[in-house]
Formats: sequence, C-alpha cells, structure tokens
Amino acid sequence: MAELDTSSGGSHKKGPGVKKSPKKSTKVDLTPMVDLGFLLITFFVFTTTMSQPTAMQLNEPKPDPHNELEVKQSATMTLLLGKQDKIYYYNGILTDPNSQFKSSDFKEIRQIIVDKKKSTPSADLMFIIKADKKATYKDAIDILDEMTICAIPPGHYAEVDLNDQEAKLIQQTEEANGIK
Amino acid sequence: MPRVKVPRKSTNVDMTAMCDVAFLLLSFFILATKQKPPEVVQINTPSSVSTKVAKTDAVLVTLTKDGKVYLSIGDNAHKNDVIDGINRIKSLNLTPDELAKLKKQDFIGEPFSKLKNSLDLATPIPAAEMDGIPTDSTNNELVDWIASVSDAYRGEDISNLNLLVKGDNDAFYSSFKNIKDAFAKNEIYKFKVVTNAEGIPAGSELALNPEANK
Repeated sequence: MAELDTSSGGSHKKGPGVKKSPKKSTKVDLTPMVDLGFLLITFFVFTTTMSQPTAMQLNEPKPDPHNELEVKQSATMTLLLGKQDKIYYYNGILTDPNSQFKSSDFKEIRQIIVDKKKSTPSADLMFIIKADKKATYKDAIDILDEMTICAIPPGHYAEVDLNDQEAKLIQQTEEANGIK
Repeated sequence: MPRVKVPRKSTNVDMTAMCDVAFLLLSFFILATKQKPPEVVQINTPSSVSTKVAKTDAVLVTLTKDGKVYLSIGDNAHKNDVIDGINRIKSLNLTPDELAKLKKQDFIGEPFSKLKNSLDLATPIPAAEMDGIPTDSTNNELVDWIASVSDAYRGEDISNLNLLVKGDNDAFYSSFKNIKDAFAKNEIYKFKVVTNAEGIPAGSELALNPEANK
C-alpha cells in the first residue's frame, strides 16, 4: 500500500551518459508511527472523563404562612448537620436534650433513617433536616441523597432553618467533643 | 542427516494497515470527546444516586470553596436578554461596547459596583480573581440577576429554564442558603444541583426498589 511503483518497467532505455542511479526502496517503516498513534489514543482515552455530571432535582417548599404543614410529633425525626460531617438527631419535639439529642455520622445515619421509617406509619413519616451555618454544602446534598437512597418519598422530608436552641446545642456538643 | 533447509522469510510486517486503524481510532476519540464547558475554578461536586444528566444549556450558579458565587448562562438564546435586562433594571449605564464584552464573558462574577470598571480593563480579570456576586442577606445581588433571568424566560414554558447550582464540597451551607434565598425571592423553588454519579449502595431501600428514584 505504501509502496510506489518505481520500476519504470524498462520499457525505454536511458540515453548514453545518463548514470543509472541505484533504486532505493520507498518502503517506510511505519512502526514508530503506529506506536505514536496508539500512544495518543491511550492518552485521549484516559484523559476523557467518561462520567457525565448528573443533576439532582431539588424542590424547596413554597413558604405559605396560611397553610403550615402539620406533622405528628411521634413520626418526626429532626436531623441536624454539624461540622466535620457530624449529624445530630432527635425524635419528636426537643424537650429533654440530655436524653433525646444524639450524635451520629454519615455511616450510621442510613440505619437510623431506615429504623425510623420501619417503626413509623408511612403516611405520617417526616424528616426535618436542619443544617448549621458551618455545615458543608456536601453534607446538605448528601443527606438529601440519603433520603433518596432510603426511599423516603418526596414531601416526607424538608430542609428547614435551625432554631437558636438547636444551634446552641450543636455548638455545645461540638465544643465538648473538641470539634472545630 | 541432511538438514531440511527452511526458507527464511522476512519478519517485516506491513504496518500500514495498523497505522490506519490507530489513526482512525484516534480521530474518532478526538472528535467524539465533548469539550468540557469552561470552569471558573476547580469545583468538586458532591455525589448523588441521581441518574439524570446535567444539561449544558443551563443557567448555572457556581459556588466555589471560598463561598464566591458566579453566574454563567449557557443558553445563548437568552444570554443577551439577561444581560440587557440587568443593565436596565439596575441602571448600570453600560455602553454598547461594554455590553458586548460582558456578553462574551463565560462568567459573571463581579458585583454591580465593579462591573463597569472591570469591563473597561484592557485585559480581562481571570475568573478566579473576580470578587464573585455578593449574596449576603444585606446585599444579595444574585436576587437581581435571577430576576433578570426569569424575566428573560417569561412567557415561555418554565421547563425551558434549567436552573443549576454547582457547589463545591467544602463550601459552607450558609452560602448555599443565600443562593436558595435568592431563588426563593424570585419565587423559584425548583432547581437542580450538579452532582457526580454514584452507584446505589447495595442492600439499601433504593436498590431493592429502584422505581422510587424516578
């Protein structure tokens, strides 16, 4: 393929005084070129990010002062996001912080959510997610993702603002545990 | 015993065909690779089990690690409307030249007070060195930008507006909250966040019942 027909076929003789130049092969060694080609392919294959970014849908509750959602105390669990990927949680209304306020992390929280889901009638189930100012964006997204993983239907969890008592409790717990 | 003489064959293989294949594959990969949309700075997004692919013609709000907020409008059809709109709403008095410059920028990342001056510079400021759009509760300029965006999409199907938030893992929740507030002030309660795809954990409820993710 890469050869040209250089033989003139000898159909016409060269004139006198014309030197016969030695015929050289026009074959080129293509091996380095192939090497280069495959090297580039490998480079492009490895540098191409195959993973397309995905998008997670967020539906924020529409604030409606006349129509506050009522939830059952016993069916509600509040998840608080703190610093260093810590999660604090309590059931129902916070009346006795010492016994109710528990700390956890992202490894354990899935089991806690699943347990709560199993022990509560699904129609009443409600998770309230509150993030501290210094919690990371990652945690806020991860906990919503955790809701999807645990198959909590939309409308049964909501992100709400932290109140002063909870902010104080988080701060105290963090100080006690040396979390900065 | 007389040895059988094996005729020596050349070990040269014709590499042409292999070369053709290599370069064919190479050109395929180069052409098939989609160019990544320009990024302000490196953003490490969180992961989620969501399988929807993030669209590129979206209105993207980028939140960096240090809490700076940038806006980029990937939808060229509306980009001009948004920028003309903000010029009108906030009476920025940008000259046609400055407007054209702003429309060419991939990112908007300056407060209104510095926008005009930054456009007059001969060499544009690199995105990473911009101040970011202020989103504090006292001075939330993102509210105005989003107002201009929703103006540009007014009268169209709401699903045309792809509002995306791309935040860095290490950004604080309070910065994200400011962005959500800016959306809420414009009565936008539905938006998407950009995440990395992640496998569904084995044994979870979702793995047993994948329909719930729909």
